[in-house]
Amino acid sequence: MTALTMPTRPRHDASLRPVPWRRMAWVTWRQHRAALAGLGALLGAFAVYLWLTGLQMYHAEAVYCHPASSLACAVNFTGRYGITGNIVSIFLQAVPALIGAFVGAPVLARELETGTFRFAWTQGFGRWRWALAKLVLLAVAVAAAAGAFSVLYSWFNQPFFAAGYTIPFSTRLFDLGEVAFPAWTLAAFAIGVLAGMLIRRVVPAIAATLAVYAGLGAATGLWLRQHYMTPLLTTKLNLPSSAWYVSQWYTKGGQYAFGARGSGIVNAVTQLCPSFNGSPTQCLSSHGYTQWTSYQPGSRFWPFQWIEGGWLLALSVLLIAATVWLIRRRAT
Amino acid sequence: MNINIVEASGLGKRYGSTWALRECSLAVPAGHVTALVGPNGAGKTTLLNLAVGLAAPTAGAVTVLGGRAAGSPAALDGIAFVAQDTPLYKNLSAADMLHLTANLNRRFDRAYAGARLAELGIPPKRKAGKLSGGQQAQLALTLALARRPRLLLLDEPMAMLDPVARHDFMATVLTAAAEDGVSVLLSSHVLAELERVADYLILLSRGRVQVAGEVDDLLASHRVLTGPAAGADRYTGRPVVHVRRGGAQAHLLVRSGADDPVPPGWEAHPVGLEELAMAYLREPGAAALPGPARGRNPEPTEVTR
Repeated sequence: MTALTMPTRPRHDASLRPVPWRRMAWVTWRQHRAALAGLGALLGAFAVYLWLTGLQMYHAEAVYCHPASSLACAVNFTGRYGITGNIVSIFLQAVPALIGAFVGAPVLARELETGTFRFAWTQGFGRWRWALAKLVLLAVAVAAAAGAFSVLYSWFNQPFFAAGYTIPFSTRLFDLGEVAFPAWTLAAFAIGVLAGMLIRRVVPAIAATLAVYAGLGAATGLWLRQHYMTPLLTTKLNLPSSAWYVSQWYTKGGQYAFGARGSGIVNAVTQLCPSFNGSPTQCLSSHGYTQWTSYQPGSRFWPFQWIEGGWLLALSVLLIAATVWLIRRRAT
Repeated sequence: MNINIVEASGLGKRYGSTWALRECSLAVPAGHVTALVGPNGAGKTTLLNLAVGLAAPTAGAVTVLGGRAAGSPAALDGIAFVAQDTPLYKNLSAADMLHLTANLNRRFDRAYAGARLAELGIPPKRKAGKLSGGQQAQLALTLALARRPRLLLLDEPMAMLDPVARHDFMATVLTAAAEDGVSVLLSSHVLAELERVADYLILLSRGRVQVAGEVDDLLASHRVLTGPAAGADRYTGRPVVHVRRGGAQAHLLVRSGADDPVPPGWEAHPVGLEELAMAYLREPGAAALPGPARGRNPEPTEVTR
């Protein structure tokens, strides 16, 4: 080890231009290509499956489901593909969570766990710029992949909507919409990134990401989403099939009587119409009760998609900004 | 280039209720190979982390490269840091590590880095995690030097290396220092491995700087006096740093120049760096620090006992 080559003497520039942002593109790709390739393979395999199944479904729907209420449609379309559609949607619900857990959480947690942050954060690029560039690139990549996928998925679902099997507002489908799905994916990624920064170890960060994401998703689907816009109120008994029922109750003489579910309505019907064979609503309306329904009409699907996409985007930006800020001021 | 490559004033870092480093005031002039020595837990890593901006000070301030704020882009541009256990991306090849580092810095001497890898016999396609400990350390050092830094900071760089790898590693560091004027600050808990290479010493103990100065000045201003053990308590000459008793004899480390008269009954010897450091470490109250005119005044002016 005697013939040692030495670097030439550095020039001391007075003006320190920062290292160009674009240099992070290769760095990010090289470090995360395995995760991105895994994500691509997963979504790609899913896409091929959706495409092949979708073609068969379109064919079956076209042949058997005109009219959609026919027995042939029930047997050959909804009966045959309905379960498949349900299972696919359940799998897809997990995709943003998996992206958050396996792409988002390790980004910083692995650096912190293995100590490589001490390498990355002492390079001339600067650590907050490093974090911002890397996180924005990855966020755009996962959101774009999810966005493209949700377009295909929306195509796949059309026959189910046409056959009246389900509606776009269904809790099972709404967050897989073309705006909501990339937004949820982005939010899951941002949750994972921040969890990794705070927890600093990969496996606990993955677990925390899954838990937080599941909690946020459940809270949104069960409580939050129905309040995006004030529900419409009607006493009509037949609503368009695309409507999303929020709640239903009965009044008598302008006074609230009971809800459409629970012991109140059961007691009233058995008391008023002991030997009646019709629907509870018919029984109750013949005794002076009025049925009220609050609902979100199907025409609000896109406004709701944008509202959900909007607040999820704002949340994601906030989480990523908080992560970058933590890295900037972080004291080990 | 009469700048202070690292300068700290009143620097302190507290983790929870424990001060890892406190009241640290230092001025390391450029152009030295500085040994940062102290027992485990003395605050060496904390000081280095503060100097590269990986940690933020609880008290005081630290600047590098003549007044640049630690961790600022201007500072990081001229500093290369090889952290403890030489963290590399284990799943990247050596060539990828080179390309990555080149992308993350304004300057990167690819020709130098490539030539170094060839000299070291590191296959460019091999993953960093599959290299031997010595090769990983050399790769990390190559990445650092190819950035053409003005200051190279190394945290316990040789802890995991065998003797041959240590020798090769230090040869590379010293070549950079000698031929290119890179200032080097390297930490170790074993002074012996730095004794031959360092010309500036910082001794840390329990979070405080105990000794700081050029090695030659430190050695010239200390002597060991050997005499009867019984006389050790009655010695009233120059300030005594430490008394070591061995049988009938006592060895006093005193702060005294070579020209100072030797008291009758005592015999004077020059002191070795390791002996000097050991004596200070055994006397936590003693300190040999440059005076208020920091940096350009290597003559120790203050002794407390």
